Amino acid sequence: MSENLTPETDLTKPVIPAAARQGKTSSRAIVHFVAPLEETPLAAIDNVDESEAPLSLWADAWRNLRRQPLFIISAILIVLVLVVAFLPQLFANVDPTSCTLNDSSAGPRGGHPMGFTLQGCDVYSRMIYGTRASLMVGVFTTLGVLVFGGIMGALAGYYGGWVDAILARLGDVFFALPLILGAIVMMQLPAFRDNRSVWTVVLTLVIFGWPQIARITRGAVIENRNADFVTAAKALGLSRFNALVRHVLPNSLAPIIVVASISLGTFIVAEATLSFLGIGLPDTVMSWGNDIAAAQPQVRNNPGVLLWPAAALSVTVLSFIMLGDALRDALDPKARKR
Amino acid sequence: MRYSRTSKALGLAAVLAMSITACGGTSGGNNTSAAANTSKAITANGTEPQNPLLPANTNEVGGGRVMDLIFSGLVSYDVHGKTVNELAQSITTTDSQHYTIKIKSGQTFSDGTPITAKNFVDAWNYGAAAKNAQLNSYFFAPIKGYDKVSADKSTLDTMEGLKVVDDTTFTVDLTAPESDFPLALGYTAFYPMPESAYKDIKAYGQNPVGDGPYKLAPGGWKHDTSITLIPNDKYQGPNKPKNGGVTFTLYSSPDAAYTDVQSDNLDVLDQVPPSGLQNFKTDFKGRFVNQAYAGNATMTIPSYLPEFKGEAGQMRRQAISMSIDRQQIIDKIFYGNKKVATEFTSPVLDGYDANLPGSDVLKYNPTKAKELWAAADKISPWPAGKVFTITSNIDGAGNKEYITAMANQIATTLGIKAQLNPIATFKESRNLINSKKLTGASRAGWQADYPSLQDFLGPLYGTGAGSNDGDYSSPAFDAKLKEGLAAKSVDEGNKIFNQAQEILLKDLPVIPLWYQAVQGVWSNNVTNVEFGWNGVPLYYNITAK
Amino acid sequence: MVMFTLRRFLQLIPVFFGATLLVYFLVFATPGDPIAALSGGKPMAPAVQAALRAQYNLDQPFWIQYGLYLKNLVTLNLGQTFSGQDVSAVIGRAYPVTARLAFMALAIEAIFGVLFGVIAGLRKGKLFDATVLVASLVVIAVPTFVLGFVLQLVIGVQLGWARPTVSGAAPWNELILPALVLGLVSLAYVIRLTRASISENMNADYVRTATAKGLSRGRVVLVHILRNSLIPVVTFLGADLGSLMGGAIVTEGIFNVPGVGNLLYKAILKGESATVVAVVGILVIVFVVANLVVDLLYAWLDPRIRYV
Repeated sequence: MSENLTPETDLTKPVIPAAARQGKTSSRAIVHFVAPLEETPLAAIDNVDESEAPLSLWADAWRNLRRQPLFIISAILIVLVLVVAFLPQLFANVDPTSCTLNDSSAGPRGGHPMGFTLQGCDVYSRMIYGTRASLMVGVFTTLGVLVFGGIMGALAGYYGGWVDAILARLGDVFFALPLILGAIVMMQLPAFRDNRSVWTVVLTLVIFGWPQIARITRGAVIENRNADFVTAAKALGLSRFNALVRHVLPNSLAPIIVVASISLGTFIVAEATLSFLGIGLPDTVMSWGNDIAAAQPQVRNNPGVLLWPAAALSVTVLSFIMLGDALRDALDPKARKR
Repeated sequence: MRYSRTSKALGLAAVLAMSITACGGTSGGNNTSAAANTSKAITANGTEPQNPLLPANTNEVGGGRVMDLIFSGLVSYDVHGKTVNELAQSITTTDSQHYTIKIKSGQTFSDGTPITAKNFVDAWNYGAAAKNAQLNSYFFAPIKGYDKVSADKSTLDTMEGLKVVDDTTFTVDLTAPESDFPLALGYTAFYPMPESAYKDIKAYGQNPVGDGPYKLAPGGWKHDTSITLIPNDKYQGPNKPKNGGVTFTLYSSPDAAYTDVQSDNLDVLDQVPPSGLQNFKTDFKGRFVNQAYAGNATMTIPSYLPEFKGEAGQMRRQAISMSIDRQQIIDKIFYGNKKVATEFTSPVLDGYDANLPGSDVLKYNPTKAKELWAAADKISPWPAGKVFTITSNIDGAGNKEYITAMANQIATTLGIKAQLNPIATFKESRNLINSKKLTGASRAGWQADYPSLQDFLGPLYGTGAGSNDGDYSSPAFDAKLKEGLAAKSVDEGNKIFNQAQEILLKDLPVIPLWYQAVQGVWSNNVTNVEFGWNGVPLYYNITAK
Repeated sequence: MVMFTLRRFLQLIPVFFGATLLVYFLVFATPGDPIAALSGGKPMAPAVQAALRAQYNLDQPFWIQYGLYLKNLVTLNLGQTFSGQDVSAVIGRAYPVTARLAFMALAIEAIFGVLFGVIAGLRKGKLFDATVLVASLVVIAVPTFVLGFVLQLVIGVQLGWARPTVSGAAPWNELILPALVLGLVSLAYVIRLTRASISENMNADYVRTATAKGLSRGRVVLVHILRNSLIPVVTFLGADLGSLMGGAIVTEGIFNVPGVGNLLYKAILKGESATVVAVVGILVIVFVVANLVVDLLYAWLDPRIRYV
């Protein structure tokens, strides 16, 4: 995408014949051979039906995405996780909240394939029922930081100057505030005090988590704002703002997607942390994070209780990482295999 | 990523707990093994003291551990919690209200200055005076004149109840009879301070000069890292160190300390973390102890809750008590490392009685519990959908698990909703309790300051007492308490205190759960490790190999 | 460039005051009474409480408290902790330890992250790529408090390869294990960021040009692809340095590192504003400086980026 303007070769050096440099040369060594026209991509380009409306970057990406196996697998996984989240009762018929110490840390048995927690709750059932809260925290927090942090970072990086000074420094201030302190205060707000829910956690994580995405976006936008295609677009009469939205941002998405897809997982784990400290989800809301935190002291003797929700978390994160990868490839015309 | 790190309430040593020393009288003889090396120092776990090291300002384990080794008081407590005279020659009284205290002559502080009666009187006056803002000042409350020196903005600094008679004698006048006053005199707050301390009390608090078996090594207090103590050669008492010193390594979590003992980097650990409870007996074959100490765990049900008022309230409290299967929680959550409570004090104390009349209410009895709950509902119904909550701060490890288990048991037995109400910080939970804003039960517990039944009763259930979190008030109980305090002897007092407990067993201002036990482990490098009545190792007896 | 740097340092002033004011307010707004908590649930004489409140200005309204704090700050007095120590001394002990730990964690992230990321990016979809993906999933899905605990048990206790905890002086060699645990989650980010950038740039025109010119593959990767792929990685590492310097509560707790994380955590729980504000104040400065360095690195990595 970007062109490197630094001089590549030292012209003062004598050119050594290819044969003499064997072993160091690229395997794609220069072959003096001209392909017949029908074997080159040029034919395909010439075949374009010019009467058709040009495809936008997004439509182009979608067309490409549909055919990628990576996308198909990740989409199936995500749909599965969504179904579990919305209809847990289809997958588990044991009440995850009926726990008795008689079953404390008991192993698997009929109807309870993954055994029991320290409190005697069914591990499988809790994993299934915990999907909703965990997924909500992960997805909505990620969306929140993407939208808020993305806008802040894009504006800061693109316009520079005083806009950058204000927005980037605001990010510094928020990044320096300890999350725990913020969460303790947030939970006290009259609106949240008595009806703590997933949204409280999401809001807390967004408020104290946006600067990271903002910084990544800002860096990517700075990298691209002076690229040739942006200059070209502006020369063609596109307004500065439109150039940002239509050209700079789409070309800056790669690192943002990478960070966002991993963040999804770390946000789910962060919820565990907050819950453990009593400033996250209340105990009545089941979540993978809650269960992972509760299982920590028994990890030496009964690791299964911890591993199952962690595995569910891994599969979810994996599917989003794969989706991110597929999306990134689709959005990058150069990476596409023709 | 920054979230995953900000996790878990490791650290924050249980602020609630207060420890006092085990400067025991049993000198143990010289049965040290052949390999023992009395000049080699040992290491033990500790936490950063939360206050300057002043006797009247040390109210938590981190500082208490150190203070009790570098100071000794008029009396000390042996391994079983029996009070023995240490610096005191005699403590005499005829009416449990006017005491004459004689101290042994020829005793000195670690800097060589002699210990006089004036050192005690000055230190106590300093601790009591409001202007010095000492956290333990309320310990001097029984002394005549305390009300004046502790009044808001008071500039007075002497209590009229304390009088120096001569170099080795002083008298103490109390405002009312207190038969267990001599028992309290081994507590940290009552230690003497040398004359030189008052010149620069701030510097003294960082580098105190005491009179205990050990003294602070020069520059020994490395904040947040370690505290090094060396033997005090001026010490003449019964607890002469059998090692070359004690270095407390300061930990922010017991889990870290546990791994250090496992790999012999630390010699003694007096608190096995929850993650080690299931394994410590196999991790440390023959190098562990598991014994009761003077502390208990309870659940307070405040008397101001409308559902728990009157006769219905009493039945509900009894029903809740009978719906908790204490033994099962001990077995499953604590892996058997505690003992079911049968009254309100502790089994290590003199006067303890496991079979008080009425203690059946503390036994698991789901049928009776259901009956009582139904009977209470007839008088005033339990509000539909009301959740019985148990409030607890969860910034110290190990509270969440047992409260959740208890809530599950209560819910299952009584058919109501019950759950933990987690509070993020100790200061917030204290606020809820102090301002009487609890909407349900709360976690409670008590650790003895000194080995006395009264210490488990008066401060907790007396009308208007400082730690009476549930606002319990019973004229009958108060009368028994007063009668016990006026008794001629400690033994006689204990009988009356147990009668007072019978009243508590009917009213159940708190629901006793279990007695605390200490789980301690030690490394391959030390022997002769013993734990005292209060769960603190007898550091001076430990020998290095 | 000089003006740019200078301007950035001037921006520090409002940022510093903004952050300290905000954090001071947050501590002020946490529920509970710090003085009542000092007694640990035991009774405390009312006069003692009043005296302690006055000592820490807790009896004053918010603006006066903050004003008094600023006034002390001018004379470089950061206030005192509830245990009567100078905050400057407490922080002076904790920060060097955290800085060492942060530096090592960052080095692990940068070196291994870029290395694995480059290999994974060049061999996208191959075995190495998939292995790295699975390994980073484990790191992401298992919280630090579990991972650290298990590593400490296995490496420190069972195998005995390293001391399970860090001793008082916190020397470099003892910090390797905690730094590894600390760096692992961010390592996953760095690997995937590098991998994405590399695979994106591999198809760039200048790479084809360089290859076409007959440059060795190593040179193409190192000089052409890598340099042009580092901007997102550098951005991330810069931000991460900040959060590392903020201390790591869990990791420090597990390995008993006397650093800023635990200090800050305990101070927050106790409501000890002097300590919290001082730590955050220093953090803000670290952030601004780290971001300045990152911005200057942008210009070095990509000469088209210029600052005036």
